[in-house]
Amino acid sequence: MTTLAPPVVQRDPATPTTGGRGGKVAWMALPALVMFIGFGVIPLVGVLVLSFTSWDGISTEIRPAGFDSWRAVLTDPGLPNTLWVTFLVMALSWAVQTPLSLLIGVFLAGHQRYREFLAVLFFIPLLLSSAAIAITYKALLDPNFGLGAGLGIPFLVQDWLGRPGLAMGVIIFVVSWQYIPFHSLIYQGGVRQIPRSMYEAAELDGAGRVRQFFSITLPQLKYTIITSSTLMVVGSLTFFDLIFVLTEGGPGDATRVLALSMYKLGFQANLMGPASGIAVILVLVGLALALLLQRLGGRDQTESQLEGG
Amino acid sequence: MNALSQWTEPAQTTRRGSPADPSTEVSVERRTISRRNFLNLAVGAGAGAALAACGSSGPSGGPGGGAAGGGATYWFLTGQPGEAIRTNTVKRFNDANSGTQIKATTFQNDAYKTKIKSALGAGQAPTIIWGWGGGGLKSYVEAGQVEDLTSWFGENAAVKDRLFPSSFGAATIDGKIYAMPAETVQPIVLYYDKRAFDKVKVQPPQSWGDIMDLVPKFNAAGIAPFSLGGQSRWTNMMWLEFLFDRIGGSEVFQAVFDGEKDAWSNPKAIDALTKMQELIKANGFIKGFSSITADSNADQALLYTGKAAMMLHGAWTYGGMKADGGDFVSGGNLGYMNFPPVDGGTGDVSDTVGNPGQYLSISSKATAEEKEVAKKFFSTAVLDDAEVTEWINSGAVPIVKGSESKLAGSADADFLKFIYDTSANAKVFAQSWDQALSPTAAEKLLDNIAKLFQLSITPQQYATNMNQVIGQ
Repeated sequence: MTTLAPPVVQRDPATPTTGGRGGKVAWMALPALVMFIGFGVIPLVGVLVLSFTSWDGISTEIRPAGFDSWRAVLTDPGLPNTLWVTFLVMALSWAVQTPLSLLIGVFLAGHQRYREFLAVLFFIPLLLSSAAIAITYKALLDPNFGLGAGLGIPFLVQDWLGRPGLAMGVIIFVVSWQYIPFHSLIYQGGVRQIPRSMYEAAELDGAGRVRQFFSITLPQLKYTIITSSTLMVVGSLTFFDLIFVLTEGGPGDATRVLALSMYKLGFQANLMGPASGIAVILVLVGLALALLLQRLGGRDQTESQLEGG
Repeated sequence: MNALSQWTEPAQTTRRGSPADPSTEVSVERRTISRRNFLNLAVGAGAGAALAACGSSGPSGGPGGGAAGGGATYWFLTGQPGEAIRTNTVKRFNDANSGTQIKATTFQNDAYKTKIKSALGAGQAPTIIWGWGGGGLKSYVEAGQVEDLTSWFGENAAVKDRLFPSSFGAATIDGKIYAMPAETVQPIVLYYDKRAFDKVKVQPPQSWGDIMDLVPKFNAAGIAPFSLGGQSRWTNMMWLEFLFDRIGGSEVFQAVFDGEKDAWSNPKAIDALTKMQELIKANGFIKGFSSITADSNADQALLYTGKAAMMLHGAWTYGGMKADGGDFVSGGNLGYMNFPPVDGGTGDVSDTVGNPGQYLSISSKATAEEKEVAKKFFSTAVLDDAEVTEWINSGAVPIVKGSESKLAGSADADFLKFIYDTSANAKVFAQSWDQALSPTAAEKLLDNIAKLFQLSITPQQYATNMNQVIGQ
């Protein structure tokens, strides 16, 4: 997540006392490994097993049901729409967040005092919980008692969460508002890692600011962009709290993403089997996307000096 | 005294009209208050006047002396006035029983519905489970998560006999009682703002045709005809419940409930769904209704702030509007009526729908000691005289026989009498659809209702979608 200074990454294989040090390092990874297995792998296996059972989530009896749940999930007429909405949220939130956070990140990378002050302000949305943000926006956007009605601004008096297109727009906006600060922070770190000498050389060659941005900053940020994009894309698969509080997947099913569908099936309709099936789909899609993005960045990542890990 | 005699009158009317109406046989057991059941109530009420006079201590005793040092947990809903009343009841019980304490935790309505299910599945359920009875309770029963209280009610007949018999329908699954009925009877009521009707110079609707005629008049005056918290989905459902009933009678939904094949494709059902969409297309509901939730009470606020002229909502919203609406209720601006008939419909205009009570179950996973505390709570604290008075003062009708004599003395006597009459005179008091059906079918139902209101599916598509989950 944070960008690492290159020497740290590269020192390891170069050290002569490989045996002793390696053992020590492996031991240090143990707590993380235990946590990962306990809270990542075991639940994952549990969900996979559950997806082949029939369980209402209330009783203690879990019956094996073969492929029934999978059949129910895959033949559900709502599935294509859910997948499309999930993809749309992913694509749009990426397309909005990336350029904005890149620009803000570059801006904040400067060492001027006012920029550092602004960086602190920009960071605030990240400190708030998604549920709180959603409730706040819901109140502000209320067509009858919200901001528009209160201030008498007709433009703001829209059925923001009641029309499919608008509701999707609101979700993308709020997601961006919440996460752009985080990604700006990643880009800020990335930009500060770019050796100053490159810019000095470019200046000597007569390159302007814009040219410097496209010829130096952007290419040097390649791996930061990939890191940030992976976080955005995979993270967007799990948007739940925000959408649940803002629209509950509505109007109709216009904002029903996979994660919401999973929750509704499992905890509202008492169908834990099909809900687990959707969870498995989510994991697979997330892994596939993460792998794809890593491939896009070239196979040998250690070559980079500027990888955001 | 005068008021008291008024109260006995509807009871006698029901008694006269009761003999062998075949429709009263429909589903009495499960989920409706029939005339027959209310006959029991009426008989109880007649005798109950005397009972209420002397039985002020409520049913005394209860099982066991109470295991000292024990405790139980109790989860229930937030939202005034109910939250404060529930809290007070727990507090009185704890004050009276220093050895056996009940620890209460509160949740918001929609959050609670899922929280309680996952807690049950995880073996973390509270001792006392607050609920709505019906299909949800049935799913707990099938999972073996709640105590069978049949024999306990047998041993404690006094506890059972003081409650409305009709309230036990939704607590009874396959002939066994799994919950203690509690709190109040809550039919769905058509509320209206008298100020809006005066302003536009029109009369409250007497038929569906009147409703459709009123819509353009209110819209022209800049007042939304109906308030609706559409994002909560069950709010939309209340409309369909009444339209189905008024157009085709209670048997249309009964067929769905009984699992009849293609029951949603009944022409009467299609007619109701079509009329529903006609009202939506005519801008019958406030702009942005599908982004308003009922949990925030914004739908009520629309009515008492004069932004909407009418609202179809549960009897429980009266207390909320009274508390939050300034002088809206106390100033006599709130009108209320039962849902009007639909021209050409065959349903009985006295029919209503809603919650015949709220329900308290005991977790089967609780320790014997906790169960004892819970049972003691049921027999000594739930709907004791103080709680009955508090419910009446909040503007609700508790499900305790003999309490009707207290209604007349309340500041909300007119409304309470209306609720009592609506409940008592209803030929069929149906339980809310989403509570009556299994959670699986209910989720599908609410989902499709939301789409129907969004006009993204046609009545035929709705019927097709819903026919697939019949019997689930």
